[in-house]
Amino acid sequence: MEKNINITLKVWRQKNAREKGRFETYQVKDVSTGSSFLEMMDILNEQLINEGNEPVAFDHDCREGICGMCSLYINGRPHGPDDGVTTCQLHMRKFKDGDTIWIEPWRSAGFPVIKDLIVDRTAFDKIIASGGYVSVNTGGVPDANAIPIPKPDADEAMDAASCIGCGACVAACKNGSAMLFVSAKVSQLALLPQGKVEAARRAKNMVAKMDELGFGNCTNTGACEVECPKGISVAHIARLNREFLKAKVQD
Amino acid sequence: MSSLLSSSIGKKLLMGLSGLFLILFLLIHLAINSLMLVPDGGETFNAAAHFMITNPIIKVTEPLLAIGFLVHIIYGFMLTIQNRKARGKDRYASGNKTAGVTWASQNMLILGITLLAFLIMHLAHYWVKIKITGDPLLDPVMVSLGGVETMVDNAYALVNTSFGYLWIVIVYAVAGIGLALHLSHGFWSAFQTVGFSNNIWRKRLTVIGQIYAWFVGLGFSLIAVLQYLFYQG
Repeated sequence: MEKNINITLKVWRQKNAREKGRFETYQVKDVSTGSSFLEMMDILNEQLINEGNEPVAFDHDCREGICGMCSLYINGRPHGPDDGVTTCQLHMRKFKDGDTIWIEPWRSAGFPVIKDLIVDRTAFDKIIASGGYVSVNTGGVPDANAIPIPKPDADEAMDAASCIGCGACVAACKNGSAMLFVSAKVSQLALLPQGKVEAARRAKNMVAKMDELGFGNCTNTGACEVECPKGISVAHIARLNREFLKAKVQD
Repeated sequence: MSSLLSSSIGKKLLMGLSGLFLILFLLIHLAINSLMLVPDGGETFNAAAHFMITNPIIKVTEPLLAIGFLVHIIYGFMLTIQNRKARGKDRYASGNKTAGVTWASQNMLILGITLLAFLIMHLAHYWVKIKITGDPLLDPVMVSLGGVETMVDNAYALVNTSFGYLWIVIVYAVAGIGLALHLSHGFWSAFQTVGFSNNIWRKRLTVIGQIYAWFVGLGFSLIAVLQYLFYQG
């Protein structure tokens, strides 16, 4: 049943990377429970602009859970209280009338705050640029049966490839570790014949870049897997460990 | 090799391998301890302790064991310091409401420090007395080793006397539970770190790990408690 609710927001406001931030309290009235969380943020910003105040800066793009742009740490969880969805797929029906909602940016040394709720996630781009691709010439599109790939491998590679690089894993991790992200990006290629050619170099370079950028060491708590909107499994982390150690032993 | 050990996964590999080594050691330790429950005034236990002290294989593995402990402890601290730095100074005001993450997995350092404090006390109680300073309680006794009467240190008397003090028994019992918690995460985590895990083995390793952790942890606790209750005087 759709209805309207009144909520109190505690939103992290920070002018820029250097200045100290603080929580601001806002009241938003008559929010439809059918609206999405980001639509509620739009309503808040509309309200702020009409009052002559600066709107809250937050990341968003596709608003259908596939681009990995939205973030937000809502009430103690990355992407909020719902499971297996991104913030843009979160609906206001998950909240009750009179609720106080805390909205914070991702917190990790690897993801410094740029403004309000926006953090700098270019570290992930740098990790991808260090090896998360295939550079061998694979020619034109081959026949589908030219390179047979076992179904379980194809499925697992596809599961890994569903990582959208939003950074919820880092935000949830008590160690600020990016292992779930890196393992997904290594796995999606390591499982397939075209990716195997450069597997050793990829694993070494991506892990080296991840370490260099100051992400923490995985202690296998599994918090990342719980908070991942795409349900990426920590089994990929075991594969990354294997791929990396194998590559180092070969040296 | 140096670049392997300076990488995050390389350091964790050392953590995992030393952990697995210590997991093996604990099984042997528990097996020897269980001989204290043989009601023969400690004869069997003393024979086993004598074997462990004089056996050349053990003489080689003892320094290895010390290195295993040191690596595990030093890298544990080192990795945690790095992880705290990676986490950053800012904390979440709305806390952490991620469900399904075990308490032990998030408190391995605290459990580890508790075990380290226990380990120091444990070494001071027995290892130092047996190996270095000696103790009147250790006065040699005769035991039959494969039919040959041999004079051996009375290690049983030393252990049995200390387990006559309630506070020592409580410390040992609590340390056993701490050990169980540490291992309940450490067991599967070590396998995951060395790369031996996937979606199927993860479930198996978690179950085996829980059984191993509580068997070993509570085993040590139980032996101390039984010694206090039924083996005094």
